[in-house]
Amino acid sequence: MYSYSEFDAAFVAERNRQFRAQVERRIAGNLTEDEFKPLRLMNGLYLQLHAYMLRVAIPYGTLNSRQMRQLAHIAETWDKGYGHFTTRQNIQFNWPELRDVPEILDALAEVEMHAIQTSGNTIRNVTADHFAGAAEDEIADPRPVAELLRQWSTDHPEFQFLPRKFKIAVTGSPNDRAVIKAHDIGIQIVERDGEIGYRVLVGGGLGRTPMIGKVLSDFVSQEDLLPYIEATVSVWNLLGRRDNKYKSRIKITVHEHGIDDIRARVQERFEIIRPAFSGIDVALFEDIKTAFAPPVFRQDGTEVFETTYKTDPIFRSWADTNLVAHKAPGYSIVQISLKAHGATPGDATADQMRVMADLAEFNGHDELRISHEQNVILPHVHKSHLPTLHAILKKHGLATANIGLISDIIACPGMDYCALATARSIPIAQQIATRFDELKLEHDIGELKIKISGCINACGHHHVGHIGILGLDRAGVENYQITLGGDHTETAAIGDRTGPGFSADEIIPAVERIVETYLDQRQDRDETFLQFYRRVGMAPFKTALYEQDKAYAAE
Amino acid sequence: MPREFTPKVVTANALLEGDVVYQTADDRWSRHLSEAELISDEALAKLRLAQAEGQPELVVGPYLADAKPSDNGPQPTHFREEFRRTGPSNYDHGKQAEVN
Repeated sequence: MYSYSEFDAAFVAERNRQFRAQVERRIAGNLTEDEFKPLRLMNGLYLQLHAYMLRVAIPYGTLNSRQMRQLAHIAETWDKGYGHFTTRQNIQFNWPELRDVPEILDALAEVEMHAIQTSGNTIRNVTADHFAGAAEDEIADPRPVAELLRQWSTDHPEFQFLPRKFKIAVTGSPNDRAVIKAHDIGIQIVERDGEIGYRVLVGGGLGRTPMIGKVLSDFVSQEDLLPYIEATVSVWNLLGRRDNKYKSRIKITVHEHGIDDIRARVQERFEIIRPAFSGIDVALFEDIKTAFAPPVFRQDGTEVFETTYKTDPIFRSWADTNLVAHKAPGYSIVQISLKAHGATPGDATADQMRVMADLAEFNGHDELRISHEQNVILPHVHKSHLPTLHAILKKHGLATANIGLISDIIACPGMDYCALATARSIPIAQQIATRFDELKLEHDIGELKIKISGCINACGHHHVGHIGILGLDRAGVENYQITLGGDHTETAAIGDRTGPGFSADEIIPAVERIVETYLDQRQDRDETFLQFYRRVGMAPFKTALYEQDKAYAAE
Repeated sequence: MPREFTPKVVTANALLEGDVVYQTADDRWSRHLSEAELISDEALAKLRLAQAEGQPELVVGPYLADAKPSDNGPQPTHFREEFRRTGPSNYDHGKQAEVN
């Protein structure tokens, strides 16, 4: 776990002091809203549909118990008792009042957290694989790279007024759990002839023009990483379209210029700026790495786990779905679902946050992670603790055994909260989860990722959902378009649109028909929904969604 | 051809709390759409909006929203304004839900 240096602490304290004065001046009438808006956005404060919203960064999704408890305290003291975890490993508080925000920021600073650069046209919270430091398939922990990038990008003078927001994700594993191909820059740790380095992708992104990132470099050495990334952002900062907001992201720059041209420009810029990197960044990187040293893993027996697994079917179901193999013998990665059937995806109450903090402290080497899929991870839990841990989770509504299943839905806040949304997302997610829980089908269906966005900006990642749902306003009525075959992993793909959209009343039955088609026609239980779609294509789903209705109508 | 003017209310968010608010005929800002002034005259709507824009110490982002008359005062004509009036649909804790 990275700890703030004196410089970090002083920097955040000074920013908070500045913002407190700015809020006071706005309330006193000495700043207009036009003057104040960019200042509040620089500190993560939005004005949404019903209230202000404060977006707090959780760098690379890593928290300790003290930080989680402070988030609970903030939720209870200045909000409505809950927080919303997002797809970019942030937490959003939906109801703060303007005059309280400086207090909230000070409370965050007490636990080495802040909301800087969670909005605006800057480099946003750097995200990483939520299994970092624990995954069996990991080449190296991606968090030191993410922390290095965070320190480099925070208040970087060249990158405070970029053409648009800029998002970087890092994975240390070949299996991509950080959605690196849908980020402006995706970084994958790789090994070549025994040397650790980085594969750099550029120009991925969702939104109105979804694109999969392209390889900018197959291998960048550790020493060259920071100047190479700086060169890349710098090239886009000059080339990126500022005349048209919808063409401003780096994905459009890469598309318009071509990856070869961008690569040549980055290389040219890299060679100019490389000498300015004197090696301090490399020394800093080595220091950061020590902060992420793995915990000392215990060597206890796992008999309690084995016995409970054999004798308790509820525990077994949860273990089969929510546990992931850990690199250390006797340990598991625990995924805590924030997707209880019918609940709002990604929301946790203050009490639930405290329960998870307690579990991390007592059973999880004091580490928590937030996944881009809006769940919470305890990355290091010894198997002997799992039966007790499961019982505690169950008591607090946190033991839903649905990770990766049809009810483990990503949903953006949609028009229930977001000023940009054109339709609601949350009720659709709630209804799908409830419906398939009633049908008792979700374990039979197996891995199936539904992702829902309430507008074309695609905060709910619908383009890369196996089933993607996009809410739109069609002539004053909520309407939902479906895409199929999207994939956010190392085999990333943008989903294909099925055809005309469905009304709010029609969308749940439509999803049901899609799932029935898969269940009826899959080769066997081992063929996943995505594999099935890639084998058979769109045709049977189109028939199920559109032709069957026509046939019934004709009868 | 210019579109025919349809009735409007002036709405905004309160500066301090962010609550959805509506301009009333007696120049207050109410949390209740039912208390809003329903404006049928285009010139008056522009004037009332300008007056709202002159109150940055009270509200943020005033704009004209379509509404229609009812026995209970103005009603939304679009679902976005319905959600702004009632609060989010996942919890019964929107500010409007509390005051209604």
